[in-house]
Amino acid sequence: MAYFSQQLINAITLGAIYGLIAIGYTMVYGIIGMINFAHGEVFMIGAFISLIGFMICSLLGIGSAPVAIVLVLLLAMAFTTVYGWAVERTAYRPLRGSFRLAPLISAIGVSIALQNYVQLVQGARPKPGGQVVSGGFTVFSADGFDVRVSWLQIIIVVVTVVLMAGFTWLIASTSLGRQQRACEQDMKMAALLGVDVDRTISLTFVVGAALAAVAGMLFLMYYGIIDFFIGFLAGIKAFTAAVLGGIGSLPGAMLGGLLIGLIEVFWAAYFSSEYKDVAAFSILVLVLIFRPTGLLGKPEIEKV
Amino acid sequence: MGLRLPTMLKDAGLTALVAAALGIFIVGFHTVDVGSRTGLSFDYQFGDLGVALVVIFFGRLGLSLAAEGLRWPAIALGAAMIAVGASPLRLPSSFLHWFVVLGGVLLVIRAAWPSATHAISSFAKTPTGRVVDHLGNQWAGWLLLTLAVVLPFTPMADQKTMDLGVLILTYVMLGWGLNIVVGLAGLLDLGYVAFYAVGAYSYALLSTQHGLGFWAVLPLAGMMAASFGVLLGFPVLRLRGDYLAIVTLGFGEIIRLVILNWVDLTSGPAGIGSIPGPTLFGAVFAETAPTGKQTVAEMLGIPFNSNHRLIYLYYIILVLALITNLFTQRMRRLPVGRAWEALREDETACKALGINPTNTKLTAFAIGAMFAGFAGSFFAAKQRFISPESFTFIESAIILAIVVLGGMGSQVGVVLAAVLLIGLPEWFRELGNYRMLAFGLAMVMIMVFRPRGLIAHREPSIRLHPVKARGSG
Repeated sequence: MAYFSQQLINAITLGAIYGLIAIGYTMVYGIIGMINFAHGEVFMIGAFISLIGFMICSLLGIGSAPVAIVLVLLLAMAFTTVYGWAVERTAYRPLRGSFRLAPLISAIGVSIALQNYVQLVQGARPKPGGQVVSGGFTVFSADGFDVRVSWLQIIIVVVTVVLMAGFTWLIASTSLGRQQRACEQDMKMAALLGVDVDRTISLTFVVGAALAAVAGMLFLMYYGIIDFFIGFLAGIKAFTAAVLGGIGSLPGAMLGGLLIGLIEVFWAAYFSSEYKDVAAFSILVLVLIFRPTGLLGKPEIEKV
Repeated sequence: MGLRLPTMLKDAGLTALVAAALGIFIVGFHTVDVGSRTGLSFDYQFGDLGVALVVIFFGRLGLSLAAEGLRWPAIALGAAMIAVGASPLRLPSSFLHWFVVLGGVLLVIRAAWPSATHAISSFAKTPTGRVVDHLGNQWAGWLLLTLAVVLPFTPMADQKTMDLGVLILTYVMLGWGLNIVVGLAGLLDLGYVAFYAVGAYSYALLSTQHGLGFWAVLPLAGMMAASFGVLLGFPVLRLRGDYLAIVTLGFGEIIRLVILNWVDLTSGPAGIGSIPGPTLFGAVFAETAPTGKQTVAEMLGIPFNSNHRLIYLYYIILVLALITNLFTQRMRRLPVGRAWEALREDETACKALGINPTNTKLTAFAIGAMFAGFAGSFFAAKQRFISPESFTFIESAIILAIVVLGGMGSQVGVVLAAVLLIGLPEWFRELGNYRMLAFGLAMVMIMVFRPRGLIAHREPSIRLHPVKARGSG
């Protein structure tokens, strides 16, 4: 029981990070129907900017962890969004209205280019850093096993919950959210009714990149080490999470992230850690066989 | 156009500002390891960043000039950039020299582009141009084929060229195989490399553990890969579009992870080594034959040359690739091939006409997988060593990129794209890490400038009303 609770806590932490990245995928998919393969790379860049931000903070002598975290969070969000915006502007916008695979190939190209760009300018070696929060407390002990929650895990879950609440509010009751939902339903009609479609899509990428930056920072703080390749696996897992939950659905992305975290951690804890990714993908296949549009996805209406 | 200049300057300035925001942390603060302790320190690169920003400013200015039709100022600016890059002026790093020169070259190309395309299109309208165009359409494939057949006999066929030729042809074959799935049947497959891996491991295991030869295993490997295709396809082919894409991606990763972790069977990350190469009527390509066998040099009575093996491999993959191509061409004329194309265009209409979408997709999937299996066992025989590292997602992405960049469904386009994406980067291997960066950027640029692929025009396999006279439409 104690072991189970400990794994549950770890799984929720991991799931929170996946959920944050998955939102970026699901939003972009919902609005323009493309798999933004470069999103994982944006997450990786967010992690790198956070790493550099933490180092600058320690150079400037900012010793207090909460101040450093807030500063780095803002910094990473601000500068990662520029990447999200620039990628959309240069690689996807010229292809809007083109056939379905064109933006996908372009996105794979961006992903390869960004990975190698970071490898070139920052080096291929894993970079340690960002461990500004340590310690935790014991929740309860049973069978001689302490169930511990670290402060960092609490920070991760709290930040994620706050961001998701804020984000749900953004979609549900701001004018940007209304425009986004309008574009999602019918882009041409939205444009006719005076919605600036290009601006809305740009902002979607910006918001997605901001969430990916937060996920990057949390990832860095949690694992304490990053390299230029982390975006690939995290991106695939997050995309799997988005599909699992039903792509295009925001609660689905959060649920999917959580589920992928749970599957991975519990498989590693009870079976074998080598096959945890296999388990995650297999469960995705199983879910899709029985619910072809994901757990919370709306069934597509076929029109002739 | 004097009035437009302030706007252009503002635009260029904004571009440089965005570039500054992109680069300031990632480029400006280079993190370096210090000692053995877990710590990093900064190595500031603001000089490089500054020079790059100036280049970006002028590059953007030149692009706006070219877009306004001011060709000569743009070309002058590009030439000035090339001159600066090539000059003995000491920029902070050698990469920046390249960066400036490349920027200048791209600018000149961009400025000269409209007049060049104009010249080409006006040439195509002249009588000679029409003949060339016609011949080009009809004979380009045959010309490429002749070139491929005679290549080993030309003086330029050294080891490097032949290696490259084998590599390119492998990707051409994979591209043609995937073309059946993506180009004809319209199913987005992001895990094609899984079948390639199945083929490679089938040959590696059967030959090293059971002593079977290449030619005996080749059909087995194809069947193995095809049955994996059916295994995957059966449950998931009723998924639509991108759901199918992510499931195939997941399947590709599952296969790779299983190969990586099933150490008893595949020896995991260590890979399988000393795989025998293909034989010619039982003779091996080696300087000295193992007991009970003879070498090709002995059999044919020619002096031993290590290049013979490569040339042999080259012809094997050429024939395999041609079989793939021929098979596809014939399939397109059969009912099932027509059903693939119909399914790609409109699934609902197909259902209404009594085509079973799942079975039709399954055949496309299995046949595509089979060719990947052939290519895979060839790959294992060529490399003589395989490990899971050769079968990562990036391979699937590259093969898909070849199909899409070539112009979906176009067979010659696949060849062009394979030469461009595989040949050029291999040729410039000295560039090291910049190679993959350029590869990614090239993918984006080809898509942005030719979103329908290099060879965008495609004759439909069948027309409702045959076109009577040429050149009317």
